Amino acid sequence: MTGQTSAPGIVARDVCKSFGSHLVLDKVNLTADEGSILALLGPNGAGKTTMVRILSTLIPADSGSMHIAGHDVVTDPDGVRALIGVTGQFSAVDNLLTGAENLLLMADLRHLGRDAGQRRVTELLEQFDLTDAADKPLSTYSGGMRRRLDLAMTLVGEPRVIFLDEPTTGLDPRSRLTMWEIVRELASAGVTILLTTQYLDEADQLADRITVLDQGRIVAEGTPAELKSRIPGGHVRLHFADPDLLRSAAGLLPAAAPDQDQLVLQVPADGTVDSLRELLDELHEARIAVERLSIHTPDLDDVFLAVTGSHVTGRPDEHPTPQGAAQR
Amino acid sequence: MTTLAYTLSDSRVMLRRNLKHQLRYPSMTLMLVGLPIVLLLLFVYVFGGQLGAGLGTHEGRSAYLDYVVPGLLLVTVASAVQGTSIMVAMDMTGGIIDRFRTMAIARASVLTGHVLGSLIQTLAALAVLIGVAFGLGFRTTAGPLAWLATIGVLALFAFALIWLAVALGLAAKSVETASNTPMILFLLVFLSSGFVRTQTMPGGLRQFAEYQPFSPVVDTVRGLLTNAAVGDHAIAAIAWSVGIALAAYLWAIRLYNRRRAAEPK
Repeated sequence: MTGQTSAPGIVARDVCKSFGSHLVLDKVNLTADEGSILALLGPNGAGKTTMVRILSTLIPADSGSMHIAGHDVVTDPDGVRALIGVTGQFSAVDNLLTGAENLLLMADLRHLGRDAGQRRVTELLEQFDLTDAADKPLSTYSGGMRRRLDLAMTLVGEPRVIFLDEPTTGLDPRSRLTMWEIVRELASAGVTILLTTQYLDEADQLADRITVLDQGRIVAEGTPAELKSRIPGGHVRLHFADPDLLRSAAGLLPAAAPDQDQLVLQVPADGTVDSLRELLDELHEARIAVERLSIHTPDLDDVFLAVTGSHVTGRPDEHPTPQGAAQR
Repeated sequence: MTTLAYTLSDSRVMLRRNLKHQLRYPSMTLMLVGLPIVLLLLFVYVFGGQLGAGLGTHEGRSAYLDYVVPGLLLVTVASAVQGTSIMVAMDMTGGIIDRFRTMAIARASVLTGHVLGSLIQTLAALAVLIGVAFGLGFRTTAGPLAWLATIGVLALFAFALIWLAVALGLAAKSVETASNTPMILFLLVFLSSGFVRTQTMPGGLRQFAEYQPFSPVVDTVRGLLTNAAVGDHAIAAIAWSVGIALAAYLWAIRLYNRRRAAEPK
């Protein structure tokens, strides 16, 4: 999946955009090789959606140059539109039509012709597991089904470059996995994909390269492995009932960091069940009672902490877990 | 295919989408068609006796029926275009418009679909109202040519108001607003020669009623249906229609092309 091809699917240089006096994108550079997956990772308000809207010809940038599969976004928007597919954050389906009618509408607007259009619709309904619901009104669709239909509509014209703006936000875990599977299949078929996400694990799972955006600026860029090597690993927090127990435990585990005030011992861990079992066995044999424990896996907040030295700076009312993130 | 062929094809696809919407949202379609009929019954059977007496004939109610039908044809147009405004706003506030904007389709085809779909709906609603009016005993001396002219004048005026409604739907920030602003058109029908003679109105209001766009259209239709001379009224009606259509079209296209400046919430 990693790019052995060199023709760039998406290239953006020095993209700037302000809304009024508010600078939303500050000299953003992006590159996605053809057939690769680029994840744009960042909290709410980082400018991810704005970047997608600019690259997909919805709004103009204030400055900068952007090319999609060689077509200039500014001077040849229709050339770009013929190549791209966009699935936005908000469902872009026609609620008064059935699933099949939605897809057929796209086929007609892509000028596929009656027979080819019908074939493509049948194919996509099957691929996205929507055949049974094809002739039902969208009011009967679940959230996951709507997302799948949304993406299927994007794929009707077999776009070479796809923009997915937070494709799994609000999906249940199972639908999320289905969506990941679809994204991987598309990339292996040679489609270039730019996806935005707030979840480190999603970027880690899917992307060939990750660009981290914070307040309109790129703060980190690299492969998932490169980025993760910059993040301190996960850890287990052990909570004790009294200071003596904490002291004994700290003596037993020299790599751990004790917190006398909170009676907590922070033990580095890789998050596997085996290592956790080993740790608990060790404490058990030394007859040190642990009151409770919490497991912490690295997330977006850790990336930000590592690359910017501060916690995520998303708008406080919109970001779900800045407070609880370190304790999860 | 050529650019023109693509434009025609895209517009046809959007028209079909719009007509499907009308069928899938029957409560609104029925409301828009039903309201003028209810008003017709109300004005003929509740107010018609007394209002008819004021016309100076001995036939009262049935004379008023003949008098008020042109007014209700205009109510029908106003009612139908309210639906246009709602449908356009529903499209613009939904996510699908962004999908259309990222596709290589004829840009105006979304609006063309709405306009043609609404025109068909309006003509159908007018046919229903005329049918009901005949059922109630409406009499006309109009021959085929006069009917053709009547339909032409109404269709042209409807076309103008539909573009106005499209612009209002585009300008509205919510579907509710889009549903409310066209109400002013209803008011204009009542403040015209549609229901009573403008001579019976007090000064000021009378001038307003005589010089606003609905009156010449009502007077033209009334003239055509009663075999009276329409002369100046028809010229004024056509001038208003063309003027409104052109201004509303330019306004609508400008609103449509103005890309959303703010970040989506």
